[in-house]
Amino acid sequence: MAGDIVEIVLRAVCVLAAFLVLPLLVGQTEHKVMAHMQGRLGPMEAGGFHGWAQLVADGIKFSQKEDIVPLAADKRVFRIAPALGIVSYLFALAVIPLGPHTVGADVPGSLVWVLAVGGIGTVGTLMAGWGSGNKYSLLGGLRTAAQLVSYELPLILACASFAIAAGSLSLVGIAHAWTPWWLLWQLPGALVFLVAATAELQRPPFDMPVADSELVMGPYTEYTGLRFALFLLAEYAGIVVMSLLLGVLYLGGWTGPFDHQIGWLWTLLKGAIFAVLIIWIRVAWPRLREDQLQRVAWLGLVPLALLQLAITAIGVVVTSR
Amino acid sequence: MTTYDVLFTLAGAISTGAAVLAVSTKHLVHSALWLVVALASLSGCYLVLGAEFVALVQLLVYVGAIVVLVLFALMLTRAPIGRSRDHDTPLPQRAAALVVGAATAALLSAVLISAFGNDAITVRGGSTHVLASQIFGTWVWPFELLSALLLIALVAALALSRMPIGRRDDSEADAR
Repeated sequence: MAGDIVEIVLRAVCVLAAFLVLPLLVGQTEHKVMAHMQGRLGPMEAGGFHGWAQLVADGIKFSQKEDIVPLAADKRVFRIAPALGIVSYLFALAVIPLGPHTVGADVPGSLVWVLAVGGIGTVGTLMAGWGSGNKYSLLGGLRTAAQLVSYELPLILACASFAIAAGSLSLVGIAHAWTPWWLLWQLPGALVFLVAATAELQRPPFDMPVADSELVMGPYTEYTGLRFALFLLAEYAGIVVMSLLLGVLYLGGWTGPFDHQIGWLWTLLKGAIFAVLIIWIRVAWPRLREDQLQRVAWLGLVPLALLQLAITAIGVVVTSR
Repeated sequence: MTTYDVLFTLAGAISTGAAVLAVSTKHLVHSALWLVVALASLSGCYLVLGAEFVALVQLLVYVGAIVVLVLFALMLTRAPIGRSRDHDTPLPQRAAALVVGAATAALLSAVLISAFGNDAITVRGGSTHVLASQIFGTWVWPFELLSALLLIALVAALALSRMPIGRRDDSEADAR
């Protein structure tokens, strides 16, 4: 009994450490990769070696700023909103396996769990948009809601395709069922997932809700200091969660040479590939217009995801005979 | 009292309290947010009963989609910050709602008490496999009927939104 509790606490601490370190790594990668793609150097000063401590310095800066709550805001909702976004991704990260046994909490339906807790983060952004008492925030919140509702459908359909192919709702089970054929068989589903995940994270080119030239900073306009930093952390934690999820679903997670010893490293590497891809997408494409955004979701991604679902179903029925 | 009993009671109490707050608060958007708490703790109840899939789908569908739509509709039309009395219902309507709610609760508890009394019932059968075989086996026809109903509603909504709206403009032009 005492051993169980120690194990649970240890696992929780590990998940929390990963949750605090991995988003910073992704953030620093974005700083450097994006800079070099644009012919710049990016941060070079903080910490000495190629500006490795830039985000630590940013964090210290954020924590020193005054925490302002606007007079017109709904104070309680305004204060709680950042926490919801963060907590949802923390819960999601807890069930994503790095190896067959290296997982924060081995939940039987972990795929559904990740999708379900993602919805809580949406509510957080909506609360921020409404509670700020600011027209720009409200418009940003509206765009967030419209975007997330549209892109949740293709995301869930793509995940359903992976689940059907594996015959399991557990991420560990899906990674166990993975074969190299999936690279071809599940390709449309993976594309849909990647695009829908980028939109769910409100990253460029799907960053209509925070379009700075139109809405200042969308739902986050009124936030300062640590609360604003929490929203930023949530965005990068979201990249970590979505990349690792796609790495586990589409690239088979820990499958690879010597996966008994370094399986967790394979998962992290595969996740890193998708994280860099999401950063690359940001640099490569300009922002979509709001109506184009909805068009991509309903006329592009949803039919493609349904097609993938049909292909998967046929494949499963044919091969199980 | 096992741990499960305590957790179930806790989740149920939170759900009930949040539901009461959702209908009694004077802040319009707060009522939608209390609905989030109520629905989320209801999924906690399912989780304690071992129906993991039902709990997660409850969270996915109700919190992730339906309440987001409610919030979207509120923000699109009117969502004042602070107390508002614009949407207060008249007293008879409140009394009627109270009577209907109390009657439903009484009926449900009467049925449950007469069926099970004070016996302890072991809950089983909430697992994903059992659920799937029940839905797509025993209850497949009601399930398909429901999905057809939802599809009809979807198509009808699309048809309504696509209806030509030029007619009103014509009459206005005539009036001029």
